[in-house]
Amino acid sequence: MKRSSVWAWVTFIVGASYFFIPLIATLEFSLRMRRGEYSFDAYRIVFGDDRFQATFSFSVIIAVFTILLGVLVVVPTAYWIRLRMPHLRPIVEFITLLPLIIPAIVIVFGYIRMYGSNSPLPFLATTWGTNALLTIGYATLALPYMYRAVDTGLRTIDVRTLTEAAQILGAGWATIITRIILPNVLIAVLSGAFLTFAIVIGEFTMASLLNRPAFGPYLQNIGANRAYEPAALAIIAFAITWGCMSVIQFLARFAPRSANRPN
Amino acid sequence: MRLPLHWLGVAPFFIFALMFLILPTTYLVLGAFQNDQGGFTLDNIYALTQPSILAAYWISIRISLASALLGALAGFAIALAIVRGGLPNWVRSATMTFSGVASNFAGVPLAFAFLATLGRLGLVTVLMRALGVDIYNDLGFNILSFWGLTLTYLYFQIPLMVVIITPAIDGLKKEWSEAAATLGATNFQYWRMVAIPVLWPSFLGTVILLFANAFGAIATAYALTGSSLNIVPILLYAQIRGDVLHNPHLGYALAFGMIFVTGLANVFYIWFRTRSERWLK
Repeated sequence: MKRSSVWAWVTFIVGASYFFIPLIATLEFSLRMRRGEYSFDAYRIVFGDDRFQATFSFSVIIAVFTILLGVLVVVPTAYWIRLRMPHLRPIVEFITLLPLIIPAIVIVFGYIRMYGSNSPLPFLATTWGTNALLTIGYATLALPYMYRAVDTGLRTIDVRTLTEAAQILGAGWATIITRIILPNVLIAVLSGAFLTFAIVIGEFTMASLLNRPAFGPYLQNIGANRAYEPAALAIIAFAITWGCMSVIQFLARFAPRSANRPN
Repeated sequence: MRLPLHWLGVAPFFIFALMFLILPTTYLVLGAFQNDQGGFTLDNIYALTQPSILAAYWISIRISLASALLGALAGFAIALAIVRGGLPNWVRSATMTFSGVASNFAGVPLAFAFLATLGRLGLVTVLMRALGVDIYNDLGFNILSFWGLTLTYLYFQIPLMVVIITPAIDGLKKEWSEAAATLGATNFQYWRMVAIPVLWPSFLGTVILLFANAFGAIATAYALTGSSLNIVPILLYAQIRGDVLHNPHLGYALAFGMIFVTGLANVFYIWFRTRSERWLK
């Protein structure tokens, strides 16, 4: 056992250095703006920048709508597949995996060609339409993660019994989904939501090609024109990602482990 | 007559997938095989073989393959270390938490981090120069190159591997190694004949996922290199913005080529998996 511990420590330490050196270097770089001493000047400039505030709030709003859309599309489907149409599960799972195979840039290219101003469904003719299309695009990107999170959540509850009990008490479908199923998989949905947030907040490709003033294109623009601010922004972005993942881990503690009855 | 009401439950999902995932992709794929008049042609596909485009595909495939394989091996080693290495518990939970974060830390900020580390003024570059080694001039390193981009991509590839493969290694039952030991197998034989065949499908599946992950990535490369490194997504990006290829249908063919490569990778995966499953029976 002693010898196996040595190689494990070596592997761990080599890995940890690869992952920590860039973080330390970025942090150090972000503090170097003032000549000869460390300061938070780069962070002050970034947080004081109007465009930072505008693009960041834009992306937060888009992220919130993406999460709502994702929940709306995924929860009823995952529930229905478990309850009534398990034979469709392979097809649905395959579709939810497609965004991992089809690159985001290809998906958004398709949108630009299919939903242009002269098409039957001219999403891109108006600003609101374009925002909606961006939200839809993000919901597609988040589909694999959202579906898996919700499906895992559903696995831990007894969908059939809960549904039948609610029906006996006279509940309709809308009531069952919003007041029985959703609260029971809330933790799973929230995990999916925070993962979606982490993916969407700094996304560059779709936002840039749809010409929306989102955080990702702003980051790229600063990177091309400034020296120290990008490092500060990288640290901020890392902190946001860390925050989202911590929330997911925190939520996981409250998630039920298994159903009382397997279904 | 009974209306097929039970289909209503899944209708929103299928309509969504059709309108915003399947049809847009199909549109591009069909466009790749059409000329300006809408007639069928293979000219666009043939045009992909011009040297500049072929070079773009080649470097994209090499970077994706290198970062997927290295990422998978390094990630596997780390996962093995934290599961089977007899390390304290906090090491495992810290690694898993960090991997969750790092696997999602991609895109533009990742490029910034590596510029601050290995760029010409980056901390590591400066420190190495102080030690007498100029990684740019002496070692020929460049962050805007094949190895520079591969090294950067590993920052999200390795943790993704750790996140996916750790549960698979956890799934290796203790009874199997005990049974193997009872039958007189050495540790090496146990790994060669039991553990690796069991882990092989998940390992391979993750390599494919990492490959597609790197192949479609654009933000990191774009923020890192501008358009100086001509990988396929950057070429397609430029084409969508300004028709740099002067032929919209060639753009469709470029997109089709990307789906073709990632799709082919998945076909390989399914083929390998069915082979290994048959072998496991």
